[in-house]
This record gives sequence, structure tokens and C-alpha cells, in this order.
Amino acid sequence: MTASMLEVTDLVAAYGAVQALKGVSLSVKRGEIVTLIGANGAGKSTLLMSICGDPRPRSGRVVLDGAEITQRPTHEIMRMGVAQSPEGRRVFPRMSVLENLLMGAQAQGHDPGPELEKVFALFPRLKERQAQRGGTLSGGEQQMLAIGRALMSKPRLLLLDEPSLGLAPLIVRQIFSAIRALNETEGLTVLLVEQNANQALRLAHRGYVLVTGRITMEGTGAELLARPEIRDAYLGGGH
Amino acid sequence: MAYALQQLINGISLGMIYGMIAVGYTMVYGIIGMINFAHGDIFMIGAFIALISIVMLISGGFMEGPAALLLVLAISMAFTALYGWTVERVAYRPLRGSFRLAPLISAIGMSIVLQNYVQISQGARVKPLEPQVTGGFEIMRDGNFVVQLSNMQILIIVTTLAVLAIFTWLVTKTPLGRAMRACEQDRRMASLLGIDTDRTISLTFVIGASLAAVAGTLYLLRYGVIDFYIGFLAGVKAFTAAVLGGIGSLPGAVLGGLLIGLIETFWSAYFSVQYKDVAAFSILALTLIFLPTGLLGRQEVEKV
Repeated sequence: MTASMLEVTDLVAAYGAVQALKGVSLSVKRGEIVTLIGANGAGKSTLLMSICGDPRPRSGRVVLDGAEITQRPTHEIMRMGVAQSPEGRRVFPRMSVLENLLMGAQAQGHDPGPELEKVFALFPRLKERQAQRGGTLSGGEQQMLAIGRALMSKPRLLLLDEPSLGLAPLIVRQIFSAIRALNETEGLTVLLVEQNANQALRLAHRGYVLVTGRITMEGTGAELLARPEIRDAYLGGGH
Repeated sequence: MAYALQQLINGISLGMIYGMIAVGYTMVYGIIGMINFAHGDIFMIGAFIALISIVMLISGGFMEGPAALLLVLAISMAFTALYGWTVERVAYRPLRGSFRLAPLISAIGMSIVLQNYVQISQGARVKPLEPQVTGGFEIMRDGNFVVQLSNMQILIIVTTLAVLAIFTWLVTKTPLGRAMRACEQDRRMASLLGIDTDRTISLTFVIGASLAAVAGTLYLLRYGVIDFYIGFLAGVKAFTAAVLGGIGSLPGAVLGGLLIGLIETFWSAYFSVQYKDVAAFSILALTLIFLPTGLLGRQEVEKV
């Protein structure tokens, strides 16, 4: 047993000829919320996807809870207890909300009933809309659905890609408090990618800054929030 | 009036066969976005396997009653499914991630391979089979004209309805069907949920081929003659049916099949038999020009 849930070492990944990650190393301890901040195109989403084996890393290592998963096919990695709410939400548009959620548990082989109740308790909105097609939901509801679907698999490690993107501040607060609650009550380990650095750093235990495919800074959430270069680059004047 | 009614019965039973084949086209298109041009030949393989098993059952003296027909159907479905699975594994899967036309070209190649394989192994001559299902009902009489509903037509309609009902249940209600729809809507996301998408695609080919086997078996029993080339015309018509119904739409495939069957039958009855294929393919051209998404095809507006 290691204390580390996810250990990424010198990860290099690319889409076609475009090298998106140029040797990234980071670690997420069990029960920790870690956030990865960075500008558009820094490689944040590529990192989350390539932890899941899509695209397969060109080099480097990804170790999940002591087991190397670097070259495993995506579906096997996901069955080992990783779940992702990906960039763009990727809700199945022509499936009902309920079916979308059931898809989350399907490959894991456990009874979806208890997880479904938890997700509905977390996002009552999804319960109201369970018969509605995924494609007809509003952006915020789709975000809840994507997160709920990821939770349905009872993950050990939850990867969240920009859960706040395009959402009203009220809904963002709701989603962030849901993540905190899951982490505190169930010990869920979370790796969170955000452009909304301010809130993400407040939520996270630790954070990393990714700039054009490389980690340039790391520290606790409070430390990073206090750094002037972070304030200038990612927090902007608008917050 | 009586004449038209008879054509309606004929057209529906023919259209059901087209519909069953069309489902295979539309399923594969839905899930991997390619037209499986070898699917018509899979239908032909299904007819041949049915013929071989019927001949074997006859020589063993077992070709009696509905149980034997059911056995023939099961054998044909099982072996044809194996062909469907193999075709995907050998000719399409290695090309996944390649450029879009690659699997299409491979499919045309596979179609030629299957035709030649049957031509060489079974001979090029037309294979006849004496009618296995005979008799029927007289529905109405109008002067000298008798409207008939043959037992064979009843068999076609009942079998296709039953098979399509099972198929619909499979796709809409079971976890496998849900996984298939997930792969169709977003294959990358499906694998991010732990779905083995390659396996799901294989199963799609297996199911499509079994449906084609049912169609092939019914075709053999209905028309009593098959050869290695029947898959081409039937395949192109079923493809037309799938496009007319809206490629990617399962109910559309069945509806398209019925319409093509009816158009072809009525055209033959009232205009000319020689030009019945022209009628069917004109529909394909007209659909592609004026209604490219087909009758039940979707023009989905998705929120971002």
C-alpha cells in the first residue's frame, strides 16, 4: 500500500504531431483534492485524458494506487476505479438522464441502486429530470449529469475537467461544495482541472500550475493563492 | 381493388426482408460511421447456410414441421453471425483510426471476397430448393381474381415481427443495447466509462449478421432459388431502404424496407417488371437529393 493514489512521472503525450505534454510529474495522495491550473491550451485536459490512456502516453509512467496503468487500454483503466467528467461534459445526448447515469455504473458490475440515490441526493435536479434526454438539459444540468455519471462508478480517483465552465456562479458554488462534501464524507480523491483558479485553489489541498505542457509551480492551495505571479496570470482583476 | 390488395401483401412481405437487411446497414453506420458494403453478401451467406442445413436435414429425414424450420433459422443465424464477426475483425478493425474511406474500400473488397468464396466453394450455378412451406388462405375473390395470403408470407411477416421485437427490446432495454447506443453517440466517452468499445462493435456486427441470416433464410424459402450473386442486388436495395428511412435510425430502416418493397411490387404490377430496380434506385437518388437525412433521420440540435 502506498499513500499515493496517483503518481504521474515524466509524462509525455501528444495528439498527432502536436506535443501537448512535455514531461509532467505530479502526485495525488489518497483522500486529497488536487487542482491543476493553467491557461487555455496548456495541456490540462490532455493530461487528464492521457491518465486514462486516451491518448496513450508516448513516454513516462502513470501509477494508480501502486499499479502501473501507463499502457493499459482506456476501458481497463476506468474499470480499475478511475472516473472522469471530461472536457465538454460529453453527456450522451439521445439518452435519458437516468440512462446516462446507469452508463456510469454499467461496466463496473455493482448494483447501481445505492449510487443512484446518492447522486440524486447530491443533485436533486437530476432526479426531477431523469426521463429527459441528455441533449435537452441546460449547461449546468449537463455538468451535474457528467459529474453524477462519473460518481456512479464508485471511483477511487475522480478526474474533473473544468466543472465550472460556462456556469452561473451559484451553480459553480453548488458543484464545488458537492465535491468538498464527497471528499470529506467519503474520502474521495479528486484531481481537478480549472481555469477558475481562485475557487479551485480555495477548494483544493494542493495545486499545480501547468504552462505549455510543463509543471512550473506547485504548493498548497493557500500558498499558490498568495503568489503574485499566480494572481497576475490566473486570477486576473475580475475576481 | 383485389389486385391492389394482393400487391400490398406481396409488397409487405418483400419489404420486411429488405427491412431486416437494412437494419444491419444502419446499425453499423450508427456505431462506426461506415457503410458495410459486404452486408448484402452476409445476407447471401445466410441464405446458403440455410440451404445447406435444409439439404442436410432432408437427407437425414428430419425436415418436418415448424421445429425443423426453427432449427434451420438458428443454424443460419449462428454461422452467419460468425461470418459477420470475422469480417469486422479481419477487414475493418485493423483500419480503425485510418482515413474515412479506408474501411469502405475494405468493405467492397470483402464483398468481392465473399462472393468469390461462395462461387468457388458452392459453384456458380443457381441453386434451387423445392418449396418447404406451402398452402395459404384465400382472403377474397373478385371475379376470377383470388387474393391469396400464403403460409410463406405469414411466416415471413410473423418471423420478422418477432425478430424485430426481440431486437428492439435488446437495443432499448438491455445493458448491451445501452452500450451500443453509447458507442454510437460518443465512442470515446463510452470507453471513458469502462465500456470495451471494440467488443461492443463486434457484437453489433454479430447482431446485424444474425438479422441478415433471418432475411436470407426467409428469402431462400420464399423464392426457392439462390446464387452467389443475390447479395448484391438485395444489399443495394436494403441500403436504399436504410437511406430512405434515415441512415442511423433503426425504425427508419424497417420503414424504408417496407416502402422499397411496396414501391417495387406496385411498380412491377402497374408499370413494368423490367424496370422495377430502376424504380427502387430512383428513390435512392431522389432521397439523396431532396431528403438527405431520410424520413426518420435526425437533424439534432445539441446544446453546447
